Amino acid sequence: MTTATAKTEGTEIENPLNRLTDEQIDAIGEEFQQLHDEVFEDLGERDATYIRSIIQFHRRLAALSRIVLMASQYKPAWALGTAGLSAAKIIENMEIGHNVMHGQWDWMNDPYIHSSTWDWDTASPASAWKHSHNYVHHTFTNVVGKDKDVGYEIMRVDPAQKWYPWYVLQPFYNVLLMAFFEWGVAVHDLDFDAIKSGKKPKSQVRDELKSIGRKARRQIVKDYIAFPALSGRRGFKSTLLANFTANIARNVWSNAIIFCGHFPDQVYVFTEEEGADDRKGAWYVRQLIGAANIDGNSFFHFMSGNLSYQVEHHLYPDLPSSRYQEIAPKVKDICERYGLPYNTGPFSQQWGMVQRTIVRLAFPGGKPRRKAPPYKAPASTNGDGGNGRVEPDRAERALAAFP
Amino acid sequence: MVEQGATPRVSKARKRALKAAKALTTPLLPDDYIELMNPMWTTRELRGEIIEVRPETEDASTIVIRPSAKWLGHWPGQYLRIGVEIDGRRHWRAYSLTSDPDHPDGLISVTIKHVPEGKLSPYFTRRAEVGSMVYLGGVEGEFRLPHPRPDKLLFISAGSGITPVWSMVRNLAEDGSLGDAIHIHCCRDTDDFIFGETLRELADGDGYELHEHHSTEAANHLTPAGVEELAPDWREREAFLSGPPEMLEEMKSHWEAEGDPERLHLERFQPVIGGEGTKEAGEGGSVRFRVTEVEGECDGRTPILECGENAGAKLPFGCRMGICHTCVGKLAEGKVRDLRTGEVHGDEGQMIRTCVNAPEGHVEVEL
Repeated sequence: MTTATAKTEGTEIENPLNRLTDEQIDAIGEEFQQLHDEVFEDLGERDATYIRSIIQFHRRLAALSRIVLMASQYKPAWALGTAGLSAAKIIENMEIGHNVMHGQWDWMNDPYIHSSTWDWDTASPASAWKHSHNYVHHTFTNVVGKDKDVGYEIMRVDPAQKWYPWYVLQPFYNVLLMAFFEWGVAVHDLDFDAIKSGKKPKSQVRDELKSIGRKARRQIVKDYIAFPALSGRRGFKSTLLANFTANIARNVWSNAIIFCGHFPDQVYVFTEEEGADDRKGAWYVRQLIGAANIDGNSFFHFMSGNLSYQVEHHLYPDLPSSRYQEIAPKVKDICERYGLPYNTGPFSQQWGMVQRTIVRLAFPGGKPRRKAPPYKAPASTNGDGGNGRVEPDRAERALAAFP
Repeated sequence: MVEQGATPRVSKARKRALKAAKALTTPLLPDDYIELMNPMWTTRELRGEIIEVRPETEDASTIVIRPSAKWLGHWPGQYLRIGVEIDGRRHWRAYSLTSDPDHPDGLISVTIKHVPEGKLSPYFTRRAEVGSMVYLGGVEGEFRLPHPRPDKLLFISAGSGITPVWSMVRNLAEDGSLGDAIHIHCCRDTDDFIFGETLRELADGDGYELHEHHSTEAANHLTPAGVEELAPDWREREAFLSGPPEMLEEMKSHWEAEGDPERLHLERFQPVIGGEGTKEAGEGGSVRFRVTEVEGECDGRTPILECGENAGAKLPFGCRMGICHTCVGKLAEGKVRDLRTGEVHGDEGQMIRTCVNAPEGHVEVEL
């Protein structure tokens, strides 16, 4: 059914979907769906206890850090409080906020841990984000021209995107975006394309701007006025700086994890024609190869809100993040049986690829990078070996520095 | 939106303090942190602590609850929605309040019969422990005594349907105004009669007449003829019925055919929505669901929710009878008709329950 391939400068990257027969695609759809249903059936007490304890942990850590920061004019207190607050904000945004707003915990029927009521500690208002992220990005994942998260409308992260002269500046504003990521996300949700094309009515734009303004004001008052004021005249500046630092730390970290989810070399992008294939199996395969994981230990996965299991998250955005780790081996098994890749790699490699791409594609041209081969379980019995990774060869690595 | 507990009454000073503290806790609420110390201190929803589980019969227990805020009272015969968490999920059910509305310690109670295949009743009768937390929803129900008290009363109850009737009888007895009342209760045997002992004692006095109808099989159940026999003047009495749906239906037909249906009050728990049960059918109309971008047409008996589902929209729903608020959507345009009361209402921006409202003309909902 789908024969389209992403063509750029004569290099063809074959979409693994094209290797599969219709029967195989249907079977893949069934298998992935069955895995989803099994886990969904099994959700219960254990999962509820997990999210409640994480929420409780976050609130205690945040409260404690804020209290320590009341003495921020003393350096050890500043360092301790800032570290605690940074960690609290990261946990709140990633493991809690992102996942709750995805509806991963809606099954609990708890009105206060629910996608319809949750709001997070970041500049972006919940409602706008839920549209641009949950709906647009998770439905049209990596479909160039439809998924606004491919470069966030300001960057060229795939050679299939058309080049414009202002992309030359992207290596510079990329650094700014890392530091102020939350504001980037807030503005991104407005969807400038839709505004320009007139798809979004002016009244809706006005409402959204108002809600961003309201959210921004509350965030700024809290971090840069109210809490600094609690530290007294002598601690005002140091607490303000601590809060600013914590926000930047959270921004840089979440930016890194999120960019590693979709922009490393192994990830496929799709044409609108490929994206239009609405068979269940095809959708699952697009989610599978349109995302990439990051290897790491449990603490790393927790601090990245389990978005280091981006592949599992994209397959099952409505399953609790705490389940991704145990689903992973089953996903890999499906990959192996159907000759599909399972994209993953260590953080340094994935992040390095993303930065190289951003620098290279600031200039015209560029070709799709090599993709991961079909997944093969490592011969050794202990799980996460060096499977499915793209090992960039030395020449590639050297070239990376010179766009 | 998900069903949540009722909003407790909070003093103005406390409200102001919480609002000010929100500058520090945003986007969370001060309550989110206060709750960490004690879940009963939240001002966001009414909760309760189980302080006693008292067996009434072999398979029914009274659950005594201390609400997290001052109990604002209820009418005898009304019911309360109670939420419980079982295996990580919160479930809600309605139970008739069996406590004194003016309990000196502000305690409330419900009396629950064990239904083996049920979800909540086995929890309450078998697993609930003193100290467990429950969520308390709103007090609802039109099944209550009119004011002033009618001269002649007739109560007919069956099984656990005794609970709202018990509340009424006890309340009247406390006020010394039980007066002329006939009560027919159906149950398996003498021991199966919840609150039987107390009611039998009351029947020793003047005025209140108690008849126990014991039956273990359907063939032997209480019939309209049986009522006629025990209360020959049933037509002159204000009647209150609480029991299984089949019994209510049978008696309702009888009252409609031979008595005054206006004097008959039924405790259904489940209002009949849409279809034949609709009070006054309206014009119907078209509905546009703005978020899912689906449009549908429906008649005056079809709720908006069903209209959307028929048109292929995936919409949130819960109880489908206007209680749990899971299905609410913001009314962006138009008017709707409440299928339970026939009332036409709706202002722009109002949250409406799509399961009990039908469109009245063109309607737009943000769902």
